[in-house]
Amino acid sequence: MTQQFYVSPEQLMKDRADFARKGIARGKSVVVISCEDGIALVAENPSPSLHKIGEIYDKIAFAAVGKYNEFESLRQAGVRYADVRGYSYDREDVTARGLASVYAQSLGAVFTAEQKPFEVELAVAEVGATQAEDHLYRLTFDGSIADEHSFVVMGGQAERVASAIDQGWRASLGFPDAVRLALNGLAPAPEAEDTAKPVPARAIEVAVLDRHSEEVRGARRAFRRLNDADITALLA
Amino acid sequence: MQESTANKVAANATSSFTEHLQRDRPELLPFNRSGQGGATAAAPLQVPHATTIVAMGYNGGVLMAGDRRATMGNVIASRHIEKVFPADRYSVLGIAGTAGIAIDLTRLFQVELEHYEKIEGTLLSLEGKANRLGAMIRGNLPLALQGLAVVPLFAGFDTSAGVGRLFSYDVTGGRYEEHEHHTVGSGSVFARGALKKLWRPNLSAEEAVAVAIEALFDAADDDSATGGPDTVRRLWPVVYTVDSTGTRRVAEEQLAAASLSVIEARTIAGREA
Repeated sequence: MTQQFYVSPEQLMKDRADFARKGIARGKSVVVISCEDGIALVAENPSPSLHKIGEIYDKIAFAAVGKYNEFESLRQAGVRYADVRGYSYDREDVTARGLASVYAQSLGAVFTAEQKPFEVELAVAEVGATQAEDHLYRLTFDGSIADEHSFVVMGGQAERVASAIDQGWRASLGFPDAVRLALNGLAPAPEAEDTAKPVPARAIEVAVLDRHSEEVRGARRAFRRLNDADITALLA
Repeated sequence: MQESTANKVAANATSSFTEHLQRDRPELLPFNRSGQGGATAAAPLQVPHATTIVAMGYNGGVLMAGDRRATMGNVIASRHIEKVFPADRYSVLGIAGTAGIAIDLTRLFQVELEHYEKIEGTLLSLEGKANRLGAMIRGNLPLALQGLAVVPLFAGFDTSAGVGRLFSYDVTGGRYEEHEHHTVGSGSVFARGALKKLWRPNLSAEEAVAVAIEALFDAADDDSATGGPDTVRRLWPVVYTVDSTGTRRVAEEQLAAASLSVIEARTIAGREA
């Protein structure tokens, strides 16, 4: 019989947190920006089919960084939660706050009870009728939840990207400017004297939550994924 | 151990909202609520019934229209009921039969299609949608045997083939592709007779709307459970068209004009039958 070594709870939690942080820091970054036209979600993602950004419900979108299989299972669980809730109550009873708290509980349970914590960080965004009613929640691997304003940055170089976006962010930004700002933030740090190179349209994933989808598109679902042509047209 | 975990994950991976409900929340399914009252076929429940739906192809798409009446025995239960719904961007659904169950089935079907789209990131094929609807109607068979049947009509634009298509169902979930036009509900025989004379290939969308309104007018003329255009309350049939650009609800003004011109033409003709 092997001897169980004593590990203090502080050390155990710290080891788990360090493990998760390392996993997340390896990934590319994702930016979620609230602006005049709605909420823009921009991710650096070379794959056109393995998405980091997804639709959850009429006004709610999801963005994630980290391990694909882990955040994909969380995204699907979120869609199921939202659809069951909307079907059994009413569509307007599905809120980002409810979803974020379910995510926080699942992440927290996995962090303490499972073999290894999820190496993911999530953002849940809900677009409101006015910018003041937008909700952005950031969820981390241990289940902590933060209510953010104006924008959320997650992933590898989150701090560097966040400071770049913080300088350019204004409430009056439209989608083209918001996406441009996100791309500038995501551009890799200039090496020595080089100027920063923008990320090409092929290597990014962009989706938006339209603030006035009913009036403009006649659609209840505010989520809209932009393809390469849309992105090029938006930034032109 | 690895094997069984992988199997479990694969078995749990479903893109179907109905399957998910069946597994986790069976009490939410419209056809899983057990009828505890002991209703039998001999004494059918007095519940609202929705009536006539007509659908037809036209040049570039399909159209579906329904009258606005629900009946409960000899009483008019509702003058405002809507029985044609968009199922998703490229398909519409019309329902006849027990209104309460039909409306819940419609809601379930709408969520089913949206759920699949969100989980998979792509739209279900039109055949796939038609088969899912058939499975739901099949699930309602025990209730149908107690007299609470739902009979839908499904129409959509097949984006891969580039044509509008039409599907009818029986209470056992049997799915039949229809050509040209089809009708369901209590006034369907009369509407069908009208369509046989009025419908022709390559109608324009406007002509198809007029044909649908006239067919429903004929159904209302002879079937007491079908409501005609109500000029007092300004209630017109609900009409949806589906083409390559998606589903569109026909505007009230166009329906009012089409309904009034049918009434006017019939008044001028002054015929008895």
